[in-house]
Amino acid sequence: MDDTDRRLVNTLLGGFPVEERPFAPIARQLGLEEPEVIRRLSRLRAEGVLTRFGPLYDAERLGGAVTLCAMQVPAERFEEVAAIVNSFPEVAHNYERRHALNMWFVLAVERPEQIEAAVARIEAAAGLEVLSLPKLDEYFLELKLTA
Amino acid sequence: MIDATDRRLVAATQAGLPLVERPYHALADELGLSPEEVMRRLRRMLASGVIRRIGAVPNHYRLGWTENGMSVWDVEEARLPELGPKVGGLPFVTHCYRRPRRPPLWPYNLFAMVHGRAPAEVAAKVEEIRDLLGGACRGHTVLTSTRILKKTGLRLAG
Repeated sequence: MDDTDRRLVNTLLGGFPVEERPFAPIARQLGLEEPEVIRRLSRLRAEGVLTRFGPLYDAERLGGAVTLCAMQVPAERFEEVAAIVNSFPEVAHNYERRHALNMWFVLAVERPEQIEAAVARIEAAAGLEVLSLPKLDEYFLELKLTA
Repeated sequence: MIDATDRRLVAATQAGLPLVERPYHALADELGLSPEEVMRRLRRMLASGVIRRIGAVPNHYRLGWTENGMSVWDVEEARLPELGPKVGGLPFVTHCYRRPRRPPLWPYNLFAMVHGRAPAEVAAKVEEIRDLLGGACRGHTVLTSTRILKKTGLRLAG
């Protein structure tokens, strides 16, 4: 990644134009040619510096629902339970964390009423209690981490 | 609310936009819509908040933000409307939510994801949040992730 890549990533964190040739104003702003912007962006995405480039959707406003779940998994069952939890397509992310509640995953479903059923199915499959901690208020969600 | 055509547009774009000179035209061709309609629908979803933003989603690790901690706080409920946005507004906090307590195992009701380029940086930032919360906070801890067990993007439609 060079300085131009960094400027490009920081410029493109949000506010990408919705117009016929959206890369043109970005290129002008950075003093680059339009094809170079597209080429650099393609490379950053291919290399995994960017996981995605496009619209970021709000799951709830699309009619779906998301919740954060936590589980207390006995150490000797950790790998087995991780495989069970990960096998559910509703589980988007799953992290091991250092705490008595040592497994944390995000559950995303297309309709809010499916959350409860998904939690119950995971509890039954794992034989462990799942704490569902849905967001009650959102104080911020913004990309501030610059390159 | 979004309609069936919007949902097709969501399904076609949730993995990303085509990286070509005229990405919305390419989408329009793919979906059998006019470019004007694609752009009109995207603008409307932006205005209504269905689309949070259009842009780059970086891999934090690759940008050098290798350390993160999920800081969780037990904050007086009545003070959260005032204090939550202050914590969420800190430049190093990317996600900040109020969530339910589940006593006795889980007494925390405020979550703030803190990022840093070094472990000491995360610890210093957590202290900053503690100072900000002051007497309204009865306890806190930081959960560091030790392993990613699964990471697939959210699949929201289609």
